[in-house]
Amino acid sequence: MGAEKKKIKLPVFLTKPRYRSRVASFSIILAGWLILEIMMHTGNLSSLFTSLLVPVCCYIVAAIGLNLNVGISGELNLGQACFMSVGAFTAVCLSGSMAGSVSSPLLRLILAMVAGAVAAAFFGLIIGIPVLKLEGDYLAIVTLAFGQIIKSLITNMYLGFDAAGFHFSFVDNKVELQPGGKMLLNGPMGATGTERISTFSAGVVLILISLIVVFHLMYSRSGRAIMAARDNRIAAESVGIEIFRTKMLAFIVSSCLAGAAGALYGLNYSTLVPAKFDFNTSILLLVYVVLGGLGNMTGTIIATVVLVLLPELLRSMQDYRMLIYAIVLILIMLLTNNETIRTWTMRITRKLRRQTNG
Amino acid sequence: MLKITDLKVSYGMIEAIKGISFEVNDGEIVTLIGANGAGKTTTMHAISGLLKPRAGSIELDGQELTKLAPHKIVSMGLAQVPEGRRVFAQQTVEENLTLGAYTRKDKPGIAADMEEVFALFPRLKERRRQMAGTLSGGEQQMLAMGRALMAKPSILLMDEPSMGLSPLLVSEIFHIIEEINSKGTTILLVEQNAKRALAIADRAYVLETGLITLAGTGEELANDERVKKAYLGG
Repeated sequence: MGAEKKKIKLPVFLTKPRYRSRVASFSIILAGWLILEIMMHTGNLSSLFTSLLVPVCCYIVAAIGLNLNVGISGELNLGQACFMSVGAFTAVCLSGSMAGSVSSPLLRLILAMVAGAVAAAFFGLIIGIPVLKLEGDYLAIVTLAFGQIIKSLITNMYLGFDAAGFHFSFVDNKVELQPGGKMLLNGPMGATGTERISTFSAGVVLILISLIVVFHLMYSRSGRAIMAARDNRIAAESVGIEIFRTKMLAFIVSSCLAGAAGALYGLNYSTLVPAKFDFNTSILLLVYVVLGGLGNMTGTIIATVVLVLLPELLRSMQDYRMLIYAIVLILIMLLTNNETIRTWTMRITRKLRRQTNG
Repeated sequence: MLKITDLKVSYGMIEAIKGISFEVNDGEIVTLIGANGAGKTTTMHAISGLLKPRAGSIELDGQELTKLAPHKIVSMGLAQVPEGRRVFAQQTVEENLTLGAYTRKDKPGIAADMEEVFALFPRLKERRRQMAGTLSGGEQQMLAMGRALMAKPSILLMDEPSMGLSPLLVSEIFHIIEEINSKGTTILLVEQNAKRALAIADRAYVLETGLITLAGTGEELANDERVKKAYLGG
């Protein structure tokens, strides 16, 4: 017998790709959380960074949902921000109206996030039913239009709450409230005077929940069916997969996550205008997903963090920051698509894998 | 077991199938031959529910299929190998086969059938963890066939299994079709390679621009002057 090659036997969760991607995403989030919490408590985090923590969490969750929709299910969605908007304003209204009856802010936050997620999922359902039955890029067009519609609707909505309940008016503000009542929606001014109950920890928990949901879905029987429908529609139908149902499942989960993320976002600011969730935000979310890699959740998280922080880090350069931001974006795209660099990184990861797996 | 009566299928204003009737009996290999654009694939898609026919009926063991969704038809025991090796390129061979059994719930039965498919196509077993998109053309065709078998069909529809394959591979594929049939699966085969198809078919139909123009046993049609002239090159 010759000298046996020494093999480092790794536990299964590091060797199988389906577990490896989960371990990578979860460890990034947990490590990030730990470091940031320590920095916050020792006073090493600037107020600018502290203020970005919750929004970054929100964008990560919305982008993870969008990646499920675009990367895994293969349907282009240009209105992810609008599902955030639905979630945000639902949550703000609910939290505002419950301020008197539910005293615990955490409970109110949870209820508002659930309500935001449900409301967004409801809109996902009514958009998805007619559109996902069609073949082609109709979802992109319809979600694009839906974003504009929702923005205009909320811009024209007036909603007040007092002892008698909700008061609603559209286009003109005709809401008359009893003393002690509160305006929840103020037309173009959006929601004002919101109690800020979002916390960074809630954001991290939401990311973890969304990762668990998305990974569980991706590697389940339904997940394989979703990817099969993306890869080859006719073959998927011929093995008995219901295309509409699988695409719908991915789309609803995606809008649901955007709704919850929007809720957290809305409750992080005292003022929230509907214009915040416009087409630009939807496209930014799409950029996070594409740069992070379609179907790659760890990549989405990293891309989101980098691309949200980058313009803030460049703030000192004032006039040039958007220029540099654009250049960095173009460079990343060129580099990740460069054949030589790709084979080079692939060779390195393969070598590393061989060393650890034996 | 499969009975098609006066089937008509249209794409918008264009009538692709103009009223055809034929049947496939239990245990047979029946082939539908015809030139490009004769309506072979359209017929297949209508039977498996991917297209809704304009008129006519399709019965499987006495049950009407025309109103049913594709997944219902698969779970009734009718599986299809679609034209042009449509495999799920970004999933492994094993995952492709597992998806073939998508409508089934019996785990031990699925595992046993997977072994049977691997026995039929040993090359797939060697490549079980490989991405389907990296397989050769012949292997992809085998995978598409194996995947359809995973649904445990009583009748298997095959659309141009020999398309674009080398003569050697074509022989192999046709041998396997006979083997599948000998194990009790009824087969409806659509082919442009009329010579090979007629050689293994119990019965055959000739489809020309949406109509059935000739019918008979495989041997009768192989010796028919008109068929010889139009499809067998002499």
